Amino acid sequence: MVSPSPDPSPVQQPAPGTTPPASPSATSSQGGVSGSATSPFGAQAQQAGLNIVVLDPAHGGTDPGARGTGGIRESEIVLDFVIQVRRALELQGFQVVQTRQGNENPSFDDRSATANAQRGAVFVSLHISSTGLPGTVRVYVNSDLSPVADSNGLIPWDRAQAPFLGLSKTFGDLVQGFLTQRFKGSPDSAQTASVRQLRTTAAPAIAVEISSVTVEDRADLDRMAPGVADAVARGAAAFKPSYIVPNSPGALP
Amino acid sequence: MTPRWRFWLIGGLVIAVLAAAIYFPILRRRVKRAARLQQQSEEQARRELTQPIVINPGDPRVKTKLFWASDAIDSTLVPATVDLPLSNDPVLRSKQVLNTLLAGPVDAELRTLPPDALLLAFYLLPDGTAIADFSEALATSIPSGIVSEQLAVSSITRTLEANVPQVRRLKILIHGQEVETLAGHLDLMGTFVVNTTPAQPTLKPVPTPPSTDKPASPAAADKASAPATGTLTPDKAPGKLAQPERKP
Repeated sequence: MVSPSPDPSPVQQPAPGTTPPASPSATSSQGGVSGSATSPFGAQAQQAGLNIVVLDPAHGGTDPGARGTGGIRESEIVLDFVIQVRRALELQGFQVVQTRQGNENPSFDDRSATANAQRGAVFVSLHISSTGLPGTVRVYVNSDLSPVADSNGLIPWDRAQAPFLGLSKTFGDLVQGFLTQRFKGSPDSAQTASVRQLRTTAAPAIAVEISSVTVEDRADLDRMAPGVADAVARGAAAFKPSYIVPNSPGALP
Repeated sequence: MTPRWRFWLIGGLVIAVLAAAIYFPILRRRVKRAARLQQQSEEQARRELTQPIVINPGDPRVKTKLFWASDAIDSTLVPATVDLPLSNDPVLRSKQVLNTLLAGPVDAELRTLPPDALLLAFYLLPDGTAIADFSEALATSIPSGIVSEQLAVSSITRTLEANVPQVRRLKILIHGQEVETLAGHLDLMGTFVVNTTPAQPTLKPVPTPPSTDKPASPAAADKASAPATGTLTPDKAPGKLAQPERKP
């Protein structure tokens, strides 16, 4: 179970295209949580709005993810992408937390736990596909989940994403919009899929999948990284005004 | 202990260590090979136990919609319509359409499921929940990625939706086990919604007489019946990638 929310906060309507607000004063360092606001128990010191982005480079360790013919491994490329996404987010004033720093492979639940421990966070899982039109990027939000109706006000861990699906869709559409401006042939809006990593995350959560490891030259993928980073950062900044952060980590929105 | 005994003792120990160092990797390889063979034989035994679903030519022929990829790169599904003799029993019918789906289209690039994947078992519970047990190849041979895994599962659910109205939702097992994901991305812990409308009491077959060249297997049925009905004919409006709504 995720922590209770006795007084769920209202959620405003999304504001697509909203000008990114001024950056919070937080700074961050490579590798891990930075700034005092990232403490799950530091709610008093935190700012009221969205200020943390949890980046999840998929796979790692003994799980390489998608593999291309030229020895391209998804688990390695997403780490390189995360560096650029992190930089772009920090320029927008966000603090960044990573679910893995190197070639580890945390479990799905461990990755979700990293996000669920934050207050005022969104979750972005980065993937490279094996198929699909090379040079395009798709954003996914979790498929519909049965509603949370726990009388104790607790969110069941295995459906932690359920109360956040609407917010995730708003966030995903914003990021997808910026990605499609840059990468022609990408969808116009976020897709839905039962992505395991998203289901147990109690925060607005999206998966970003870049096509694909089938490129002959890895440089083709590397060239996409700045565009992906910029789109994620702009999407997070545009989403920020529409997300009223719950009172406690993991609470209902 | 005399120096001579000590010499022999140390020499013996050195020889024993050397022998162990040589033998240990061989032993390890043998154990691994034995484990692999055992796993393969279990899989083989299971395949042998799983009777192939032969399409009964006496069954009424119905226009069957099978969902394969629209092209090798695009991530959408299109229905192909094939005339197949299908059973009115929902379990048999599900097995028939899924085996035909697994056999694949004429153009192999449009496959959504690995060619070596098998349907091991199929059950239908009274509440409309279907359980489809696939061989491990479904998980190990599919290209890893959200888009490819989603395409695979959507082709299964949409094919069932189009042909077996009794199936309301689908649970996918791999080799009899519940697994967390298909190939690292798509969540298999819950069920996928197949049909949201109430099932019809009886299926209405298309009154097409059985053809004389009767296929003997689902794969043959696919390939044999396709030319007879004007090849696999995608519907005019290509279907978008299905969005299976997971309701665990």
